[in-house]
Amino acid sequence: MVVFDKPRALADVPLHYCPGCTHGIVHRLVAEAIDELGIEGRTVGIAPVGCSVMAYDYFNCDMIEAAHGRAPAVATGVKRADPDNLIVFTYQGDGDLASIGTAETVHAAARNENITIIFINNAIYGMTGGQMAPTSLPGQVTQTSPYGRDVNACGYPVKVCEMLSMLDGPEYLERVAVNNVKNVRMAKKAIKKAFQNQIEGKGFSLIEVISSCPTNWGMTPAKALQWVDEKMIPYYPLGVYKDRSAGIIPGAKEEAK
Amino acid sequence: MTREYLFAGFGGQGLLFSGKVLAYKGLIEDKNVSWLPSYGPEMRGGTANCSVIISDEPVGAPIISYPDVLVAMNLPSLDKFEAQVKPGGTILVDSSLIERKVARDDVKVYYVPATKLAGENGFPTLANMILMGKLLDVFSEYDMEAVRAALGKCVSARHADLLELNFKAMEIGKEYQD
Amino acid sequence: MADKVLMKGNEAIAEAAILAGCRHYFGYPITPQTEIAAYMAKRMPKIGGTFLQAESEIAAINMVYGVSSAGKRVMTSSSSPGISLKSEGISYLAGADLPALVVNCQRGGPGLGGIQPSQSDYFQATRGGGHGDYHMIVLAPASVQEMAQLTIRGFELADEYRMTTMILADGTIGQMMEPVSFDFEIKEEPEKPWATTGTGMKRAHNVVNSLYLSPEVLEIKNIERFEKYDLIAEKEALAEEYLTEDAEIVIAAFGIAARVAKNAVNAARAEGIKAGLIRPITLWPFPVRTFKKCLGTAKEIISVELSMGQMIEDVRLATECKVPVSLCKRVGGMIPSPEEVYAAIKAAAERTGE
Repeated sequence: MVVFDKPRALADVPLHYCPGCTHGIVHRLVAEAIDELGIEGRTVGIAPVGCSVMAYDYFNCDMIEAAHGRAPAVATGVKRADPDNLIVFTYQGDGDLASIGTAETVHAAARNENITIIFINNAIYGMTGGQMAPTSLPGQVTQTSPYGRDVNACGYPVKVCEMLSMLDGPEYLERVAVNNVKNVRMAKKAIKKAFQNQIEGKGFSLIEVISSCPTNWGMTPAKALQWVDEKMIPYYPLGVYKDRSAGIIPGAKEEAK
Repeated sequence: MTREYLFAGFGGQGLLFSGKVLAYKGLIEDKNVSWLPSYGPEMRGGTANCSVIISDEPVGAPIISYPDVLVAMNLPSLDKFEAQVKPGGTILVDSSLIERKVARDDVKVYYVPATKLAGENGFPTLANMILMGKLLDVFSEYDMEAVRAALGKCVSARHADLLELNFKAMEIGKEYQD
Repeated sequence: MADKVLMKGNEAIAEAAILAGCRHYFGYPITPQTEIAAYMAKRMPKIGGTFLQAESEIAAINMVYGVSSAGKRVMTSSSSPGISLKSEGISYLAGADLPALVVNCQRGGPGLGGIQPSQSDYFQATRGGGHGDYHMIVLAPASVQEMAQLTIRGFELADEYRMTTMILADGTIGQMMEPVSFDFEIKEEPEKPWATTGTGMKRAHNVVNSLYLSPEVLEIKNIERFEKYDLIAEKEALAEEYLTEDAEIVIAAFGIAARVAKNAVNAARAEGIKAGLIRPITLWPFPVRTFKKCLGTAKEIISVELSMGQMIEDVRLATECKVPVSLCKRVGGMIPSPEEVYAAIKAAAERTGE
């Protein structure tokens, strides 16, 4: 009996990620969603600049490597080149999506571009060695906030789902985590739905995945997952921030009261 | 033969349109033509001008340093360009908007109260086409068929009524005598 | 007049692009090229194409990157400051060997500069503009007809060599109207087996990428790309020669400057000065052979530019400094008059006369 198998859409190569990094889990969830929906042959993925820059080697579907922060614009181009056939997703980290690529993110959402975005929020720049990210927590010590993130000097973290949920454009915004089995299951469901929405032509779906970075957080993998629970999730509450088709629309909710 | 025209005035007076009609007429008559507008923020209500070259030869530079013909629809334009007109050249002045006379005596000058005439005839925005009618008449180039064809290229078919008004304005200009 | 229409240079580019099969345009408003976007906005929805006003020039060029990755003809247009923003994306297009057409309707700089015509992005265009070792094919139209013709040629070259073609125009050529005929023969688009069109589960995945972490591999990639550039330099350099056969004073000028210079050459000839004009149509590759050829009779070359002297460096390189090369320029949005260029020719004739 097969109890565990590699998803077809995931390439049979060793990943370069650090021990305890959650990128591997999220890659797997994306690949499983692609497998289950049977869309590998018409899927194009866009890799970011950051730790997951080489994601183009890890997925068996066609892949594109984009400039830093520009993946949503590249995805817009790919999708518009063949909107009836192609399924397009981007896979981006917090520096890529919420700092240098904020404009591309916000405007792709505003246009309700029919694409799927997988957003890895681990509150740090991993590839360059642990600098402060737009999502680093207040007080968080990083290489470029050695005394802790001082919100008076460098401002507050960007809450992407909350911010985008105020736009009329996007179809579906959900924040999930992959720090325990239950959360991984929830994440899987959300990611699959984000692809399903695209297949159904519903529009922009973004799944923010609260992730860990043991190496740059300076913790053991287990401690890092605990830190996600204790520090990250309280600041970045999990849940559905917008789901137009299900009637979860923050603006409209206010009116209903 | 090459003739270089400069249309100058305020943005909104239709100078670019006049130039386009003239250029299209040239094209219809198998001439080489170029049309070059001034562009930018000054076009929004400030001074605007448009250079048109009609030639038997291929057009070189589309920019005009010394026009053969100046059509001036406001005082700043006449002040700015009067001295640049080639000796022996021609200046058309909208005399309802420009009170002064042309100072030079080595050019032919025609004063047409175009804006006033346009208002009197119920199409206050077509002073430009009154001047155009006069301009073509001055050079004995008022070929009605070519004029109509050129207007047809510049006014969309949905606005056939406008085409007739433009044509009527040109006729008034053609008939006008100082 | 046959089938000719009067059209602005910018509009001619847009119409020609559509004829060439381009169905995707992305842009951001900037003077003096906005007519291209306006034309596309009107036409694309009616022919099943995509016009999208992007949130920035940066986004626009990356949308171009996406469509090109998916194997379709695609373009963007801008003017000088916007091209600086696009230069990141153009470098990535080069690194990923993707075809695209980029129009630069130049205005004066640096910085916000002005909105009047200029040729001061010559270095940026011919040297690449962004980071890394790369070139674009750079075409310099001098008439509205050429705006159309070189746009179509630009798409063909881009596809053939898998690289960006830039139409390096300027505010004057973009804004002026001239008669233009669209009676072009359109070649069939080549197959693009490298494109990310979905594997269809029938082939290994395609990857569009400019990242090579191994320096050994990246070195080979760069060397191979430059072998392609050598081939292009050999095959595709193009220039118009005007009265150069016996020319002692040769003008080098492209685009709008060449049109002004032509008037001046005619005036000089009328005065008995043996003047001629070389008008590069490809700025990269630079028409080196045409310039070498003129050395038989040329005593001096005058580079006429709307810049502080950029192409003049290529003229000197091409002619190996065998004759003096002088500069006749206006900048900041100013254009030299035929009289100014004539005066430069006359002065050169006097300098070089026995």
